[in-house]
Amino acid sequence: MSEVAKREPLFSKKNKKLITDPLNDTNPVTIQVLGICSALAVTVQMSNAIVMSISVMAVLILGNVIVSLLRNLIPGKIRIIVQLVIVAALVIIVDQVLKAYVYDVSKQLSVFVGLIITNCIIMGRLEAFALGNKPWASALDGLGNGIGYGVVLVIVAFFKELLGSGKLMGFDIIPESFYEFGYMNNGLMLLPPSSLVIVAIYIWIQKSRNPKLIEN
Amino acid sequence: MKFLRKTFDNAHAALNKSEKTKKYFPLVDAIDTLIFTPNHTTQGGSHVRDAIDLKRTMMLVIIALIPALLFGMYNIGLQHFYAQGIEPAFFDAFLHGALRILPIIVVSYGAGLGVEFIFAIKNGHTVHEGFLVSGMLIPLIMPIDTPLWMVAVGTVFAVVIGKEVFGGTGMNIMNIALTARAFLFFAYPTQLSGNKVWISGFKEMQDNGQVVDAVSGATPLGDLAAVGIAQEKAASLMELASSAVAEKAAVMTEKASALYAEADLLLAKVPTLEQSLLGFYTGSVGESSTIAILIGLALLLQTGIASWKVVVSFFAGGLVMALTFNAVGGNGYLELPALNQLFLGGFMFGMAFMITDPVTAAQTSTGKYIYGFLGGFLAILIRVVNPAYPEGVMLAILIANVFAPLIDHMVVSANIKRRLKRVKTA
Repeated sequence: MSEVAKREPLFSKKNKKLITDPLNDTNPVTIQVLGICSALAVTVQMSNAIVMSISVMAVLILGNVIVSLLRNLIPGKIRIIVQLVIVAALVIIVDQVLKAYVYDVSKQLSVFVGLIITNCIIMGRLEAFALGNKPWASALDGLGNGIGYGVVLVIVAFFKELLGSGKLMGFDIIPESFYEFGYMNNGLMLLPPSSLVIVAIYIWIQKSRNPKLIEN
Repeated sequence: MKFLRKTFDNAHAALNKSEKTKKYFPLVDAIDTLIFTPNHTTQGGSHVRDAIDLKRTMMLVIIALIPALLFGMYNIGLQHFYAQGIEPAFFDAFLHGALRILPIIVVSYGAGLGVEFIFAIKNGHTVHEGFLVSGMLIPLIMPIDTPLWMVAVGTVFAVVIGKEVFGGTGMNIMNIALTARAFLFFAYPTQLSGNKVWISGFKEMQDNGQVVDAVSGATPLGDLAAVGIAQEKAASLMELASSAVAEKAAVMTEKASALYAEADLLLAKVPTLEQSLLGFYTGSVGESSTIAILIGLALLLQTGIASWKVVVSFFAGGLVMALTFNAVGGNGYLELPALNQLFLGGFMFGMAFMITDPVTAAQTSTGKYIYGFLGGFLAILIRVVNPAYPEGVMLAILIANVFAPLIDHMVVSANIKRRLKRVKTA
């Protein structure tokens, strides 16, 4: 690749697409179906989902930038293990930060913060994008995919928390009078399988609005 | 008849007048074809010639459900009055039951057909007949005190997620009625299981102190699960007592014998074989009377709608598991005579109307035996081993549904392998 004579602007059309595409057409969760496990596990409460999304986003952006910076130094044969070391180090940092500042949430997320290492989205982006692109574009790609992941997580958590425990961010939303009329919280929504249903409905709506996403 | 025909023809004509109303054609068509055999004939090559169409098939299943429904109405009323220590007249009991069950049927059909109509109009096809049977099955497998809004929520969930997303009638992987029940079972466990939902109006009667002491409101399967738990606890206490010091041992033995006595009391309440054949005990609306269910099953087998292979192997699967438990023994639930075990709870209802659903069953002949056996086997296994799921039949049939395509695939590929061998050696 030869250096382009004219400097590309920071937010060129191509760079903007790096952020907007993962939100819709190449969404890591609903279209590529990556990172589903954590989407099932940490979405009972919205606050957990938000913290989780931010953690994944941080790891994704930093990991992308670091790998992109090292992309010409990493030998192809051992690139996976190098990427793993980088991601693992980042995850440990994120875990320590969470423990220091939001201990309660960190306790609820428990093992799932550690499991960010195995989140397919991260390895996927490192392999597919950061290894072949410059740091700034990689950072944007990380940001886009992080947001794409977070949006789905928060939407799933919104429905699960609202229907499952009648709360949002821990505040009671459904008025007491509903319960007096016989309304009950939906216990299924507190169980992981319900996330599959909600993600499935999300995919359904997304694909019916955008038929070109439907694969044969 | 002529008047009806004319009304429908007029309605069709009125709809066809403008483009805007044309899309509501499925609405009229659905009711029309429900009453009249459709007049149109197949265009192009037809492969199957049969006097009976899908709607007629569905109607036959509904007719087969009627004995269980009528008995359910009577039994619900009967249990309601028995709980208060009253011996009701036949008509009083029947009327009470009918008045409690009819709203559930109306809500189930209303919610389910509402969804069907929406999808039919949106996708521009005629309304599929599939829900006719599901709409009747759902009320029959609910506890009588299920709130109506829950019935609606469960039905809508089952029709949309269980059926429409897979492509509508005939495409569903899992039984619609059971999907609705399983959804409600996990979503609102307090309303779909436990001791307080099986007798109509039990909670209010209990609050008003009208319930006689002998009635706990539990189903026989609930009682049996409690027997198992109590006896196992007592047995472990006795074991502890044998190695404890004398004073402590005495206390433990006393506790254990109290538990045994409690279990015996519950065991005495479990219906005998005769009683479970007749079905005068608590349970979901349509599940209790084995005789009423068998009448329906006979009709389904006679007309060929239900496959006898599935029915027989389902029964055999349950029998094998129950006999195995009998041989192992250990507590009152495990030692319950095998036939008693099968005639209690939803096993017979599942055998007649759920496992036989041709859409979700295995299609190959050998596959049907495996599929039915798996369902029956799991039903008794789940029911007995996990006291939290007394209705193991529901979960077992859903699991069997999921495995049905795999079973078919195995059967077909085994067949291909077998015949290929023949070619190669020749």
